Amino acid sequence: MNLIKKLYAGSIYLFLYAPIVVLIVFSFNDSKSRGSWDGFTLRWYAELFHNSEILNALYYTISIAVLASLLATIIGTVAALAIYYHMKPFQKNIVMNLTYLPVLNPDIVTGISLMLLFIFVKFELGFFSLLLAHIVFNVPYVVLAVLPKLKQFNHSLYEAALDLGATPRVAFRKIVFPEIMPGIITGLLFAFTLSIDDFVISFFTTGSGVNNLSILIYSMARRGIHPTINALSTLLFGAVLLLLLIVNKRITKTEMN
Amino acid sequence: MGKKWLTYPYHIWMALFTVIPLALIVFFAFTSPTGEFTLTAMQRVVDPIYLGVFWHSIYLAGLSTILCFLIGYPMAMILVGTKLKYRSMLVLMIVIPMWMNFLLRTYAWMTLLERKGLINIILTSLHLPVVNILYTDYAVVLGMVYNFLPFMILPIYSVLMKMDKNLIEAAEDLGASRWQAFIKITFPLSLPGVYAGILMVFMPAVTTFVISRLLGGGQYTLIGNLIEEQFLAVGDWNFGSALSVFMLVLILLSLGFMSRYEKENEGGMFF
Repeated sequence: MNLIKKLYAGSIYLFLYAPIVVLIVFSFNDSKSRGSWDGFTLRWYAELFHNSEILNALYYTISIAVLASLLATIIGTVAALAIYYHMKPFQKNIVMNLTYLPVLNPDIVTGISLMLLFIFVKFELGFFSLLLAHIVFNVPYVVLAVLPKLKQFNHSLYEAALDLGATPRVAFRKIVFPEIMPGIITGLLFAFTLSIDDFVISFFTTGSGVNNLSILIYSMARRGIHPTINALSTLLFGAVLLLLLIVNKRITKTEMN
Repeated sequence: MGKKWLTYPYHIWMALFTVIPLALIVFFAFTSPTGEFTLTAMQRVVDPIYLGVFWHSIYLAGLSTILCFLIGYPMAMILVGTKLKYRSMLVLMIVIPMWMNFLLRTYAWMTLLERKGLINIILTSLHLPVVNILYTDYAVVLGMVYNFLPFMILPIYSVLMKMDKNLIEAAEDLGASRWQAFIKITFPLSLPGVYAGILMVFMPAVTTFVISRLLGGGQYTLIGNLIEEQFLAVGDWNFGSALSVFMLVLILLSLGFMSRYEKENEGGMFF
């Protein structure tokens, strides 16, 4: 029984990792075609730093993800506070349903609806429309990450601070804010990962000349993806894994102390 | 915290970026290119050709969802059963592939599935017959299962983890076989996770246009491809919007159906 379980789990992992291994192996392949193996090379890694198309896409991907997740975190946190403190139950119900809507909506509908909006109000499609679209689909995730923290928070603490003479502003900064911080961080990280990996919504809301990595890969896919993309993805994947190992190590270290 | 005005920015935000954009889709779905009210676009949607496309998408996405469930459920159970020491690592290994760009991973399947691709090279060396499934429905289903399997495993895993294990012991003490305990206790209690998994697999699968575009070849159009074409190639926003509205209605109906079923019959979907 145990062996069967191990074999089953093993084949699932093989299935999940086979394409990734292929990508990494082919980033070292000394051939432009994906069909044959012509020996080991590092030239795609060297070429990466001279390929302006790819570097541009990388620049847009990262700058959009950073800006969109930060701005969405601010908007989403303020929205969560407003929903929690200032809305009547009836109003809250409508607003929460509307907040869930973009989460449940298929990406393609969100993308198209925003594209229609931008064209309708003659907002030029390009960097800023892309950024705005990313903020729009990130905000609900921040709201949904912060709200539970507000519900858990013991509001007597805030009132106690006021009774002890703190101004509302100070009480908020010193008492409420640290308590909901984990929710804000979760929302920020979630927004960042969604943004960096998004294809569908970006595809509809970007303008000519502004490509993120996903759009570039999609446009390349049918004519064959350049091995430098494989090299870049291998580097990014390695970076994420390294980050994970460091975080993991730090957690076990703090647990030991 | 008596600042009532704080609620206004979010109201405006949602009106601008959630309500109006969706209203625009509905508006285009029911108007002609010159802006008059018409049902022409909606009538075109129910043309047998396009209904066939809808059916094809639902069929492939449904098949992929069932496969994800059949493959994912045992995997979730195996994960729950592993030793604490390895468990978090094994769960993390389910998530890690999702950190590599989704399009690239799908593209890598093209390399694997090609006529002279890696899988066929291995099959030939083992003297087995080659498989040629790239650019067919099989490849599309494979791509869907590959991309969305973690979304089935993880919710089922988290529900199974939270389950009170004493219940199973109690059932076994009372004479239930392991299989009976599974059917009567474990499976019904894990249904919220199964529902979440079905939702998280079926929704992106039924609306995808990327997987079918990369792995499915031109002639196997899904509803997502049809919508994308209308907006970016044909330029028929009215028909594209009508297709989107029809698709949304179908999805909302099935969601409503599922949540109603869940409430009425707390036992479950299959028994």
